[in-house]
Amino acid sequence: MDISIVLIVLLVGALVTYLSGNKFASKTALISSIAAFGATIISLNAFQNGEDLDVNLPWISQLNINFALHVDGLSLVMLVLTTGLLPLIILSGFITKFENSKSIYALMLFMGFAMAGTFLASDGFLYYIFWEIALIPIYFIALNWGNGDVEERKKAILKFFIYTFAGSLFMLLAFIYLYTKGGSFDITKLYALQLTTTEKTYLFIAFFLAYAIKIPLIPFHTWQANTYSKAPAVGTMLLSGIMLKMGLYSVLRWQLPLTDEVAKAHVPYIVGISIAGVIYGAIVTLKQKNLKKFLAYSSLSHVGLIAAGLYSLTFEGFQGAVLQMLSHGIVIVGLFYVVELIYSRYNTYEIKEMGGIRIQDTYFASLFMIIMLASVALPTTFNFIGEFNLLYSLFKVNIWYAVLAGTTIILGAFYMLRMFQKVMLGGETKSFKKISKQESIVLIIVVGLTIFFGLFPQPIIDLITPSLQSILTQIK
Amino acid sequence: MNTTILLLLFAPLAGFLITLFFGKKLGKTVSGAIGTAAVAISFLCTLSLFSQINAGETIATFKLADWFSIGNIKINFSFLFDQLSVLWLLFVTGIGSLIHLYSISYMHEDENMHKFFSYLNLFVFFMIALVAGSNLLIMFIGWEGVGLCSYLLIGFWYKNQDYNDAAKKAFIMNRIGDLGFLIGIFILGFHFQTLEFLEIKALLGKDLITPSLLSIAALCLFIGACGKSAQLPLATWLPDAMAGPTPVSALIHAATMVTAGIFMITRMNFLFDLTPEIQNVIAIVGAITAIVAASIGLVQNDIKKVLAYSTVSQLGLMFLALGLGAYEVAVFHVITHAFFKACLFLGSGSVIHALHGEQDMRNMGGLRKVMPITFWTMMISTLAISGIFPFSGFWSKDEILMTAFHANIPLWVIGSIASIMTAFYMFRLMYLTFFNDFRGTEEQKHHLHESPALITIPLVILAALAAIGGAISLPGNSWLNHYLAPLFKKHEAHHLDGQAYMLMAIATVGALVGIGIAYAKYLKKKEIPVADSEVQGLHKVLSDKYYLDEIYMATIVKPIYMISNFAKKYVEKFISKAVIGLGGATYALSIKGKKIQNGNIGVYLFAFIFGMVGFLVYVFVIRVK
Repeated sequence: MDISIVLIVLLVGALVTYLSGNKFASKTALISSIAAFGATIISLNAFQNGEDLDVNLPWISQLNINFALHVDGLSLVMLVLTTGLLPLIILSGFITKFENSKSIYALMLFMGFAMAGTFLASDGFLYYIFWEIALIPIYFIALNWGNGDVEERKKAILKFFIYTFAGSLFMLLAFIYLYTKGGSFDITKLYALQLTTTEKTYLFIAFFLAYAIKIPLIPFHTWQANTYSKAPAVGTMLLSGIMLKMGLYSVLRWQLPLTDEVAKAHVPYIVGISIAGVIYGAIVTLKQKNLKKFLAYSSLSHVGLIAAGLYSLTFEGFQGAVLQMLSHGIVIVGLFYVVELIYSRYNTYEIKEMGGIRIQDTYFASLFMIIMLASVALPTTFNFIGEFNLLYSLFKVNIWYAVLAGTTIILGAFYMLRMFQKVMLGGETKSFKKISKQESIVLIIVVGLTIFFGLFPQPIIDLITPSLQSILTQIK
Repeated sequence: MNTTILLLLFAPLAGFLITLFFGKKLGKTVSGAIGTAAVAISFLCTLSLFSQINAGETIATFKLADWFSIGNIKINFSFLFDQLSVLWLLFVTGIGSLIHLYSISYMHEDENMHKFFSYLNLFVFFMIALVAGSNLLIMFIGWEGVGLCSYLLIGFWYKNQDYNDAAKKAFIMNRIGDLGFLIGIFILGFHFQTLEFLEIKALLGKDLITPSLLSIAALCLFIGACGKSAQLPLATWLPDAMAGPTPVSALIHAATMVTAGIFMITRMNFLFDLTPEIQNVIAIVGAITAIVAASIGLVQNDIKKVLAYSTVSQLGLMFLALGLGAYEVAVFHVITHAFFKACLFLGSGSVIHALHGEQDMRNMGGLRKVMPITFWTMMISTLAISGIFPFSGFWSKDEILMTAFHANIPLWVIGSIASIMTAFYMFRLMYLTFFNDFRGTEEQKHHLHESPALITIPLVILAALAAIGGAISLPGNSWLNHYLAPLFKKHEAHHLDGQAYMLMAIATVGALVGIGIAYAKYLKKKEIPVADSEVQGLHKVLSDKYYLDEIYMATIVKPIYMISNFAKKYVEKFISKAVIGLGGATYALSIKGKKIQNGNIGVYLFAFIFGMVGFLVYVFVIRVK
């Protein structure tokens, strides 16, 4: 067997979901996504037993373009993140009644397919195709099932589309250029190219534009808050939980190894921009009135820290970045789900119209609180491991980076506790229907994963270490 | 021994889980009993470890599991049971058990009593991790964990948003310190490639780190300690933390958690010994905190606020001792303070309970006769904290002042003045609360009563300890110094000479002066503190706490809010426009986009990709041929 099984399950799942009709779509999608997760776990197991799971089929042979997928520890954890979160996100959709549900669930699986492909592709052209295809389903999901005024929504989604699409064009140019140099899109061949510093500088900038928009880093982030607030919860989860990790992952997989010494020379600037994003994001979060925008900006802050770790070009930074991609993915899905649960009762995202929920549903409040505390990286949560690694890696570069980026632990606590207080605490104001057992499943899984990997992160570290080491050697 | 350690660690965690998940079904009394038993089990286990170590058995390190690796640094869930940690655990779990017992009665009216015990158990669990951890990161787990429990318990009555504000403030101010702590951990981890206390200690002599970096590390750790132990400038959260139920104030915000900073510095004593300039900083910060907090305590009218400022002030004295390198003296005062301050808080709780929530001493008075046990136990503790011979506080405070006298006279003067103030405000508290006539309502007067046994028994035990606790470290023949000796660098003990007796005499006279003024004002002249609106001059500065909160609000919090609003309103829009304006191509795309915003952009995308593929095929196929 090889790793394409996961992609096939997702693609077939999307098709079957569409065909199963509106009545059964949600359940079919859930089963398909769980099957894909199962296939991922089996692959993971096979990989650890030393099996070769790579795929290499000739595709456009005249052009030397192959359908090539490569499996290593790094791509596997990203795959686990994708197929692991997908069932959770689909399950989150169960609280919403979607019109034409067969389409939205099929699109979700299709997006999972494209994102999984992005993480696996080892041929630059194939990678680019997957990268772009992932945009299509999220575009339609946000446009057709989003909330708020239709015209405003269209504007926001279009802005998002143009932003990311424009960024990708630069990446396409970079790939075409690389192809002209080596006559191949194969990643190992591209790694081996001898490029001048000038060439690398242009490549670095081209990749940077694509990824900085996707991640997003300031000042390329202004599409984010609006898109998050207009898209339906499942779309926001796909975006923040998985899709933005495509950018981070690609920095590690494509940008840094291809532009080694140029990347090194730019450490102070890029890390500086990333850290500025950490602080700026946190400060802007503080006064957000819309809960979804609040989470968008807090995510901007968190993701800035991940990017800073990547661009620190240290092993600890890479390790922390990968761990934090996973933990951020889990927690952000939990948080957006919480928001959606509140929305399903109060029909609003405005923070000032909430309050007094804890007194009515302490069970919900406890789960929310644990997820909130994970998001502020309390020790023994998964996020702490990532944040500790990331801050330590910045410290290794320069103590002031760690101090400045470290303000996230203060500011993060500030805005999160403030939000929790306004949304959950205080006396009863509006009646809140207690969440059902079924509604709490997603939250329980999120809480369980967060604490479990907070206590036992080492297996993941062992899995990714060889890939990260080899990327680091490629850079040095 | 391993079973004992496992039981010690996990009994409170089990208590937490049981009371959390089944507390409602089990009922209030059973939940309370389980919560109390869980801590009592830990106490018994600690006693067993204590007797083993006291008998000269080797120190136990206990590795539970691997946690994670970062670079070459391996971090484990491992624990260190040596003289220091076991001694600390002894009073944490001992006093913890008493306060749990007390809470069964005190919290019985509260509908969420099981939650209260659940949080309290969780607190004890994290406190054990903090104290027993064998590396900096396990300590950090406990450190942040107790901070979380403190947050949960200050805001226990979460309907009241003022209490929530206090809880939030405590958490955030602690996090400021925690950032310092983390940076300290990074420095040590980077240079020693380990976070284990014993390994760092062994590596310190090997020149792996420059002295200046070592000082920065020590300073960073101290910043962490300032947050947790409420030292200036991070002190203002602790008085607000009195919003929590009184047993919480006694356990967390007086006897145990707030001494974590002292524990950390004592644990890392080998590091601080090498950084004398940071020791000076610690001593000065401690002394200033001691006198500033004591002076605010002079004019407080809320019985718990008096005790809170007193706690900050006493912690300051402990830091003074730490800064002078007298770790065992600081530890001694931590222990005696835990006894008498826990007793005082629980006593104040007993009073508040009897008055149905009244905390303003202006509305108390004359309670001595109706609440004799509460009165006498609090009186003993007040004598102890005031430093009256032969109560425990006399011995420990005397040692701090004596150490200060030998090191630096101005520090001794500041410490002595703070102690005189302490004697004054504590007796002011006693006179206003227990003497003269009752000043509350007739309704309250009718219901006045002594508290039930579950409340008075812990009071009596703690008062007894507050009375005789000094015996563990008598001058010239100190069991404590001998017990802790293996941990610290040897230094000469002060002899019990004429000078020492003279210092004791001065301290005693000072305390008596403080008591005398309180006596004259509040017992003889029967003065009642004026209403808040009539307060003027220096008195007003003190009762407004030197405007520290207002200063922080104006210089830090408000500016952050302003920047946040500004960024939200203007910067975001500006960036959005600037970025779009930068790329003409982007603009052109958006025009095209607008034309096809009927939802067909996906088709456009497909067309684009396949067009690109076609283009590439065309170009390259031709080129290849």
